[in-house]
Amino acid sequence: MKRLGFWTSVFIVVLLFGAAATWLRFFHGLGASTNLSDRFPWGIWIGFDVLCGVMLAAGGFTLMATVHIFHVKQYEPIARPALLTAFLGYLLVIAALMFDLGKPYNIWHPVVMWQPRSVMFEVGWCVMLYTTVLALEFSPIVFERLRMQRPLRIIRMISAPLVILGVILSTLHQSSLGSLFLIVPGKLHPLWYTGLLPVLFFLSAVATGLAMTIFESTMSARHFGRALEKPIILGLGRLLMVVLIVYAVVRFQDMFHRRALAEAFQSSYESSMFWFEVGLTTIVPITLLLFRATRENPLRLYVVSILVVFGFVVNRLNISVTGMERASGVHYFPAWSEIAVTMSIVGMGVFLFTMAIRYLPIFHHEQAA
Amino acid sequence: MKNAAILYDATLCIGCLECERGCAAANNLPYDDTIAREKTTSEHKYTYVAVLGGEKYMRRLCMHCNDPACASVCPVGALHKTALGPVVYDASKCMGCRYCMVACPFNIPKYEWSKAIPAVRKCIGCYERQAAGKPTACAEACPTGATICGERSALLAEARKRLSENPAAYVDHIYGEKELGGTSNLFLSSVDFGKAGLPTHYGNQPLPPLTGNVLAHVPDVATIGMAVLGGVYWITHRREEVAAAEGAEKDQKKG
Ligand code: SF4
Ligand code: SF4
Repeated sequence: MKRLGFWTSVFIVVLLFGAAATWLRFFHGLGASTNLSDRFPWGIWIGFDVLCGVMLAAGGFTLMATVHIFHVKQYEPIARPALLTAFLGYLLVIAALMFDLGKPYNIWHPVVMWQPRSVMFEVGWCVMLYTTVLALEFSPIVFERLRMQRPLRIIRMISAPLVILGVILSTLHQSSLGSLFLIVPGKLHPLWYTGLLPVLFFLSAVATGLAMTIFESTMSARHFGRALEKPIILGLGRLLMVVLIVYAVVRFQDMFHRRALAEAFQSSYESSMFWFEVGLTTIVPITLLLFRATRENPLRLYVVSILVVFGFVVNRLNISVTGMERASGVHYFPAWSEIAVTMSIVGMGVFLFTMAIRYLPIFHHEQAA
Repeated sequence: MKNAAILYDATLCIGCLECERGCAAANNLPYDDTIAREKTTSEHKYTYVAVLGGEKYMRRLCMHCNDPACASVCPVGALHKTALGPVVYDASKCMGCRYCMVACPFNIPKYEWSKAIPAVRKCIGCYERQAAGKPTACAEACPTGATICGERSALLAEARKRLSENPAAYVDHIYGEKELGGTSNLFLSSVDFGKAGLPTHYGNQPLPPLTGNVLAHVPDVATIGMAVLGGVYWITHRREEVAAAEGAEKDQKKG
């Protein structure tokens, strides 16, 4: 109980700062509440809250596809927690957008003002549609809890097309976040700018989704004193290794073809950040996973999954912040209020996740028919 | 097709800043000595004259690209290239994602950071004046003819004429003729354009196709993906149905 008390008070302090930052944001504008400027118009609210938020939610579609389309029933028990993460993730991304958009009340404009040439337009539509799909996919959990049989039956009837739609929307959406940066060949550093950004964003999202699932399953098993489904975790670890290797091959091959590898061996701020990221996302985790001793030990897999998640967060921040700094001519570091909002959003995520697994049949439920 | 454009000849520019003043007046923007010293476009300054030293100058303003990156990325079409030529902005559509600022290769769109309800601000090529057949405010204000207005093809011919009649006075290049797929605005200068602060590393291809080529795959990915996943689903679950049916048969036989 004492530990819970500690985290609860941390959460409350974070929320207090977040409230102050929110007031600043909505009454005094983006200039007063962020370190953004004409030279650096996108900061961590886009780079972390949106780009990473969506990436961290990728476990949802990865597991829904594995369990319900490829029919690997072994992973059924963790499909729901992954779905919950995805649903909360998307809701929080929308919340973050309300902070970042200059005119958040116009967020619905892409619905009527079609502009299919814009990646942002596609991103907007995917967020909207996929959040709806997630809400529907998630609804049986609530209906089960409330013992409402009829809506449960209706949702189950459309569950197959729903899952397929969700996977397609996610694939498009995860990759289009990478496509956002295709328009800035002259601004994004060559260590990161490539025509393959959409592919790399998709692969990294799948890897992060798997890593997040390992991470959450382990955490919640500990928190609730449940036994960890060991074969599941080991299986996920193996999948993670495969995806990371594919990612590494695509990434380095592309750099080789673009002759960008030389950039990595020049000593610069960018190349240090590049190696930091690449170390965390590929070199270290793949090396560790090559050893059976890591692959067959849930605790070590847990550590690897933390490395991977952290590494891909660094990757997205490198693309949205580090890689854009040189061309902009300024150094960007977030204002306290940007950090406070981001931390409040992460805090809300953890809080809602904990509440949901406590009160809804997430980990224990009657097998879906 | 009509393409109302500007030709700015830096060799005729005397750095008097009348274009800045005329622009501010036409767009209801403040202008004083402090603002005159600001060497950047901003929410209250749509054009500025860069002082390159040695009595050399270079004007900066929105280039009104033929295929503008800003308009292509805008998710709501708040920015668009008019048939007349200028790239204009509709604040009521804008949702403030600032993608246009990220995308513009000339860093032209600027934001009202200090306002609670902000808008993007940039040169709109005096759209209404030009539509009425009048020159832009900056061209009208220019006392030396360094900035002139007109049909792009005519201005291009004029620029070529100046280059051939007086090759010693210019670097042999018309900036904006081909850059990034061409821009409505054309620049002549005696100073290398890169040294004058204009981006020269982009080449002659417009930027929007970089995303367009990928976006074009979206419908394919969606339809092929659905067919494949639907098929996989059918196969994996078919197996289960068959297994269930066989199980039932066996049970019957046993019974
Ligand atoms: S210069 Fe920038 S703002 Fe002007 S039309 Fe081109 S992309 Fe748009
Ligand atoms: S900030 Fe406004 S004008 Fe610029 S891309 Fe976003 S919606 Fe369009």
